[in-house]
Amino acid sequence: IASPVMYLLAEFDDAANLLAANPDATTISIDEPAEIPKNQHNRRQETVREEDDELLGTDDSDKTELLAGQKKSAPFWTFEYYQTFFDVDTYQVLDRIKGSVFPVPGKNFVRLYIRSNPDLYGPFWICATLVFTIAVSGNLSNFFIHLGKPTYRYVPEFRKVSIAATTIYAYAWLVPLALWGFLMWRNSKVMNIVSYSFLEIVCVYGYSLFVYIPTAILWIIPQKVVRWVLMIFSLCLSGSVLVMTFWPAVRDDNRRIALATVVTIILLHALLAVGCLAYFFDAPELDFPAPIIPTYNGTTGITKSH
Amino acid sequence: FAGLADVSISEDILVEGEITVPVGSRSLDEDYSTLDEPVRDTILRDLKAVGKKFVHVMYPKKSSALLRDWDLWGPLVLCVSLALMLQGGSADSKDDGGPQFAEVFVIIWFGAVVITLNSKLLGGTISFFQSLCVLGYCVLPLTVAMLVCRLVLLAGSGTVSFIIRLIVVAAMFGWSTLASTAFLADSQPPNRKALVVYPISLFYFVISWMILTFTPQ
Repeated sequence: IASPVMYLLAEFDDAANLLAANPDATTISIDEPAEIPKNQHNRRQETVREEDDELLGTDDSDKTELLAGQKKSAPFWTFEYYQTFFDVDTYQVLDRIKGSVFPVPGKNFVRLYIRSNPDLYGPFWICATLVFTIAVSGNLSNFFIHLGKPTYRYVPEFRKVSIAATTIYAYAWLVPLALWGFLMWRNSKVMNIVSYSFLEIVCVYGYSLFVYIPTAILWIIPQKVVRWVLMIFSLCLSGSVLVMTFWPAVRDDNRRIALATVVTIILLHALLAVGCLAYFFDAPELDFPAPIIPTYNGTTGITKSH
Repeated sequence: FAGLADVSISEDILVEGEITVPVGSRSLDEDYSTLDEPVRDTILRDLKAVGKKFVHVMYPKKSSALLRDWDLWGPLVLCVSLALMLQGGSADSKDDGGPQFAEVFVIIWFGAVVITLNSKLLGGTISFFQSLCVLGYCVLPLTVAMLVCRLVLLAGSGTVSFIIRLIVVAAMFGWSTLASTAFLADSQPPNRKALVVYPISLFYFVISWMILTFTPQ
């Protein structure tokens, strides 16, 4: 569509001619280059409420959104396309991790940290670290619990690493996929103000898993109460990051569906934590005759130890 | 060519000149000469290259020899010997034992490929096989640690032997990480060095854990 562009160029021509004729005329320069496109094509912003600005972070999110759209221009079969997902510096990754561990009430993680630049480095390596941390901590904790029993012989339990890897990577990639599909479907029915791309959802989930890494290390302590307190604490932290991210995205929807979505997100997150605790870490009080493979059934394990 | 039969050059006229064929002549010469050399020379030349790189790893100074003439023989030898030495730790059921041969192999090679991809995606200027070469060669200290662990376990498997093994494995883990960082860190953009070094240390940590938790039958 050439006509608006031609009109704009004609305007510039006029302005240049006028300036040439009268060099001393006062000119006003527009500081915000993003202002013109914002008014023209982003209709959604007109319906932004006051509290949404608070919740959605800084005001230059439009500018960053514009910039973000221009970055991923390489075709998907080139290496450069995938390099755009790793365009983060060390301090950015550290900032995002800090934001996931200390969630500021009222600030949206995605808007604050990621809106300009979702990355795959954080989710991938946090998941990898979590896999090995859970496997190693579980092994160590079982060793300390069963130490001293006459029939116990230490085994490395290497097979559990692959089970941990499958579980955690499936959680970190399939749940965001399902959530993204669900949000897209609801978006087609109800006009939502906030919508996230698939990568941003993967990013939030990946960084929210970070707080489980120190939790898994502390789960070596063979005290039931300590373990459950740690679990609830980490669940609150990472769950709050997820809730504060996704509540603005479903808020405009039918009340019941919005609540059901948020509750499902939290339930799945809790299920991951409880399942990992039950499967990889033997209960401290129960007396195992020999190292056996505990059945992977989270609820049964919990009720048994009560 | 009847006319040419009369052409002859007397021996006291020095015929000299320079025939320079661009690029190809020297390597052509070498190709012919390496084809005729005895097999022992060929094998010894490759072995010497691998041995030189082992020395570079054990005393990691900043040298580009490891990067320039990369080869994957060393990593293969190290990987196979490490996987072989990790055999023999069995348990009551297969699920609780240590890693199998194939699992060690896959972990080392797949881990090295993932780390190389990671460093390239973050903007590193090193080539794919150079990075694989460095990561593979830097498994050498951990292979030495595995050898020491097996010897210590022959003597006994009590607390003292565990402490010795722990110290040796921890020291070799640090050596491996430092050596690979010394070779790889320069090719990364400066504000992302930590992002590249962390997965390398995670990789060597996993291998160290496998070595430390090895319990013989």
